[in-house]
Amino acid sequence: MQRVVATTCPYCGVGCGIRARRRWDGAVEIAGDPDHPANRGRLCSKGTALAETLGLAGRLLHPLWRGRPVGWDRALAIAAAGIRRTLREHGPDSVAFYVSGQLLTEDYYVVNKLCKGFLGTANIDTNSRLCMASSVAGHRRAFGADTVPASYGDLDEAELIVLVGANAAWCHPILFQRIERARAAHPGRRLVVIDPRRTPTADAADLHLPLRSGSDATLFAGLLVHLADAGRIDHGFVERHTTGAAAALAAARAAAPTLEVAAEQCGVEAAALRRFYDWFAESERAMTLYSQGINQSTSGTDKVNAIINCHLLTGRIGKAGAGPLSLTGQPNAMGGREVGGLANQLAAHLEIDNPAHRDLARRFWRAPAMAERAGLKAVEMFDAVADGRIRAIWIMSTNPVVSMPEADRVRAALERCPLVIVSDCMRDTDTARTADLLLPALAWGEKDGTVTNSERRISRQRPFLEPPGEARADWRIVAEVARRLGFADSFAYGSAAEIFREHALLSQFENDGRRDFDIGALAELDADGYDALAPVQWPAPRGRPEGTERLFGDGRFFTPDGRARFVAVTPRPPLHPVTAAFPVILNTGRLRDHWHTMTRSGRSPSLAAHEPEPFVAVNPADTDIADGALVRLASPHGAAVLRLRLSPEQPRGTVFAPMHWGATHASDARIGAVVNAAVDPLSGQPELKHTPVRLERRRTRWQAFLATRRRLGAASLDGVAWAVAVTPYGWRYELYGDERPESWEEWARRVFPEARRATHWLSYEDSGAAAFRYARLVDDQLDACLFVAPDRPAIAREWLVGLFAEASVRALNLRLLAGQPAPGSPDNGKLVCVCRGVGERAIEQAIRRERLDCVEAVGAATGAGVTCGSCRPELALLLRRVQEPVGSD
Amino acid sequence: MRRKLVVVGNGMAGMRVVEEVLRLAPELYDITIFGAEPYGNYNRILLSPLLAGDVRVDDITLHDEDWYRAHGITLYKGKAVTAIDRARHEVRAADGTAARYDRLLLATGSLPVMLPVPGAQLPGVIGFRDIADVNRMLAASRQHEYAVVIGGGLLGLEAAHGLIRRGMKVTVVHLMPTLMEQQLDAGAGRLLRRSLELRGLQFVMPAETVEILGSDRVTDVRLKDGRDIPADLVVMAAGIRPNVALAQAAGLHCRRGIVVDGTMQTYDPSIYAVGECAESHGRTYGLLAPLYEQAKVCANHLVGWGCARYPGSLASAKLKVNGVELFSAGDVIGGPGAETIVLQDRVSGVYKKLILRDNRIAGAVLYGETGDGPWYVRLMRERTDISSFRHGVMFGEAPADEEERRRVA
Repeated sequence: MQRVVATTCPYCGVGCGIRARRRWDGAVEIAGDPDHPANRGRLCSKGTALAETLGLAGRLLHPLWRGRPVGWDRALAIAAAGIRRTLREHGPDSVAFYVSGQLLTEDYYVVNKLCKGFLGTANIDTNSRLCMASSVAGHRRAFGADTVPASYGDLDEAELIVLVGANAAWCHPILFQRIERARAAHPGRRLVVIDPRRTPTADAADLHLPLRSGSDATLFAGLLVHLADAGRIDHGFVERHTTGAAAALAAARAAAPTLEVAAEQCGVEAAALRRFYDWFAESERAMTLYSQGINQSTSGTDKVNAIINCHLLTGRIGKAGAGPLSLTGQPNAMGGREVGGLANQLAAHLEIDNPAHRDLARRFWRAPAMAERAGLKAVEMFDAVADGRIRAIWIMSTNPVVSMPEADRVRAALERCPLVIVSDCMRDTDTARTADLLLPALAWGEKDGTVTNSERRISRQRPFLEPPGEARADWRIVAEVARRLGFADSFAYGSAAEIFREHALLSQFENDGRRDFDIGALAELDADGYDALAPVQWPAPRGRPEGTERLFGDGRFFTPDGRARFVAVTPRPPLHPVTAAFPVILNTGRLRDHWHTMTRSGRSPSLAAHEPEPFVAVNPADTDIADGALVRLASPHGAAVLRLRLSPEQPRGTVFAPMHWGATHASDARIGAVVNAAVDPLSGQPELKHTPVRLERRRTRWQAFLATRRRLGAASLDGVAWAVAVTPYGWRYELYGDERPESWEEWARRVFPEARRATHWLSYEDSGAAAFRYARLVDDQLDACLFVAPDRPAIAREWLVGLFAEASVRALNLRLLAGQPAPGSPDNGKLVCVCRGVGERAIEQAIRRERLDCVEAVGAATGAGVTCGSCRPELALLLRRVQEPVGSD
Repeated sequence: MRRKLVVVGNGMAGMRVVEEVLRLAPELYDITIFGAEPYGNYNRILLSPLLAGDVRVDDITLHDEDWYRAHGITLYKGKAVTAIDRARHEVRAADGTAARYDRLLLATGSLPVMLPVPGAQLPGVIGFRDIADVNRMLAASRQHEYAVVIGGGLLGLEAAHGLIRRGMKVTVVHLMPTLMEQQLDAGAGRLLRRSLELRGLQFVMPAETVEILGSDRVTDVRLKDGRDIPADLVVMAAGIRPNVALAQAAGLHCRRGIVVDGTMQTYDPSIYAVGECAESHGRTYGLLAPLYEQAKVCANHLVGWGCARYPGSLASAKLKVNGVELFSAGDVIGGPGAETIVLQDRVSGVYKKLILRDNRIAGAVLYGETGDGPWYVRLMRERTDISSFRHGVMFGEAPADEEERRRVA
């Protein structure tokens, strides 16, 4: 195996190139790949910390049937027999696959082919449904295909960048830093952020429009009207290359007849809105980047088209520095769309509703049982599992019990489903707990294949680690099951390269430029060519191996008449309005340093340090509950208990909670259980950004902080609610409970993991304050500690966690139980810069001491923010807070 | 003409009054002092280190004869006063030495409680009160092997520790289940016992002494359960009682001690009392800090200023055993209405307990680390509401203003 391997990051859709180096001792060093066009060597905090996530702890290494290890032969036979029986007894649509944007294109291709060509059902959907489906639907309506016209390079050219519903500073940091560098190099370029929350991204903007949740379509209708009225229509483009402009404009006028009406509907100041409209009108090179704030909506598709309409009207598409750009959330969301991983697609951008396309695929695959109609989209799919229409489901590389809306229902459905197959690289996930059959898949660093990023760039993920245990590539697992189902000839793949070639051949099969997705130029790659494949943007048809940076420059689209379509959009509010019982809107999303359901990022101590506990951000004016209290967030669908964080950045009437925590990291913080499952009628994407909820104080008898070198056994926390995060030397817990044990000392001795050597106990008990503190030392090292109080113990957690690094804490000894360093000694505070390990306290002190006034100066003084830049928005926030201390409002 | 001040008792309490009087009004009195012991004033607190061999007699002497001379004080040492003639304002010693007074200060201290058990008068059975007792113990340690200390209080433990340092095999017989139960709770008592056991002390407790055996010298101590503990030396350290015989004989009102008011004046307006012999607000005090507070008030009145009152003291104690850090003050047991904060490290032998009432410290027991003791005593005395820094008080942490006061203090 090579010492340095170029590969692609497994996190977001930016698709950064990575160089992984195996050291002599087997350890892996991760660095950005300077040759990769997506990132040019840069990495964000998550990418930088990848090496911390590579250990085998917690990995699924052997097939398990109902909890017992079985050999692969047996496991595959069980899977095949279960699928065959279900097909025979209940028909093709009783079988389903729920797959993921973390699968490689090759894995995705094989499972999609099996499902739609050989099992005769299109019941395969992907977690991209939660992420990208509205963009796909919007693209198809406007362009006739799911085509992303622009490239990252356009960000360097744009005069105006509009970020809508995208906290790119946290969720797509490398692209955001690229935008920031371009702005720094070209004063006068503008960034407008449209987001209800004052996010770190919004903080960096020239203009932030904190629009009312769900009012995006009105805002862009108003823009369309303004562009028309300001004489910005590109009449030549509109007349030659589009249809439907008049109707779209009429609909926009009906929705937003004047700027004032638009401003009022969107809840923003008219002057600010006018500034945005003027800026957009005057910027020929304007780009609109959008993400989940647009997509995750019951009118997400309309919002996407409302945005595209503005670019079509001004002809700002297919040109350098112009166009809409959907930021994808997953490393291979785009690849999944290419192979048809969504239930309403076929393969290679063929349409399942198109008989000619079905016929084409049938012939190409020599398919015995083509699916004849679209399958069930994610939410419908789990509904069908719940009501017994689906009786066998195979879930790959994703964790719907955490990430789906109304996730309690999803869990209950899976628990009742006669056959649940889960292939994953992790042993314990919320979803794996519902599985009958667990199949060990390869993880990042072991897998071999390709992914496609937000700008259509296909990059290789190359292995640099040996496959552990009995884990296998997903495509190989699927092909083995296909073989046992009698389709050996059609699934006789020997390598990922073979699959990729077939995928490329299908993309050019009877294409002739009619379909956007064509990578015919790559259909002839031999094994070495595939190994060496440089990142390339599709389309790359035969004869154009260099790929395509930008589409639609020629004004030709993939609709039957070759014209782009305006869509007449009538804005609709979110489906569920707030009510007296549920008066607040819940918005969900990502944090800077976590990813999806934390199965990977949750293993990194550096990443976990940023936000070790699940929380809900609430505007201080909206509640009289104190900051740091526990609150219960309830909707008609379910509830979660979270730490209250008062945040002036949060708009009134709304709350924000991160999506990441499931049962593996907290007992009661799975926000998916609270979120409603209303979907966009076209895209099927759920409205994850808008659920009416109620907030109430969660009273507890006690709360505690516990840190230990080894993870606690699940059973020992029986009857106690908890949230856990990994630390450099173990685990940290926040606990709470409704019943106080008779003796905290006995409780601690029972709950702490058994010590291997003689221990030394320190204790503190305040009978009146109901406070109890306990520490266990082994060989003079801190081994475990517990701090109990009626409310959240006010202690210096980062300091305590840091003590686990000390070879001896005897000098400190009882002082340890103070829970904070002696006055005058250093306490780093909450970790801000993960790369350099710089804490909040140190940064605040540097700002005060040296009177720092900009992020660059903070970087020079403390080292924070100079590596990956992900924390620069937070540095800016700290600067602001230190300079103008927040009042009591 | 100068007025006459006579002091009965040449110990620490009386001498502190004399010092104060000399400081406030050096010309006011002709001073005469009677001391039963043949020494100048010495630091009785340091008898234990003297016994243990950590200090010499010279080291513990507070006022030598030159000092008395230099201040024009008449010192009758080795002369115990046997009578007060209140009518004539005169005191008389056993040898007939007499002195007239305008003001009389009684500072007769206390006597060890000698248990009224058979054999208590045998040679080799002593108390632990003065330099003579120390000398007897030292003599015994040179010739004999076994010592029994009756009483596991502060004094008994210090005696036992000193004797073991002098090479004797020492057993402490204690009536109660907890050592120093006046000052310690059970937790700290256990730690103390373990620590002393490591130094070679043996404990028999709870146990009651019923007889001291021996013919011409003590040989054993018999316990109520029938056990006999070998003993060549028995130190009675089962408590002290105020030495009030002289005052009682003079008809002064006494209860446990000589009853004084808030100015340290007895029922005879010419006679004052301070120290272990005095009973103020129903309490007697055996520790140093209260005696000094009393002395200050008493001197204030003796010089005629008349503007100080003694409100009673907060008792605090420190065990003077090398390597054992122990501090105790106030209510150490708690009980209904009290809250406790307990910090402990059983391996290193650190135990700290604060007893709180109404968010104020009512008592403190510190074992192993006693540095914050004086601070807690001040918080107790000033009745400081600690609710704002309760979580840090055990770790010596206080808000900035309190911190400032502590540093200044």
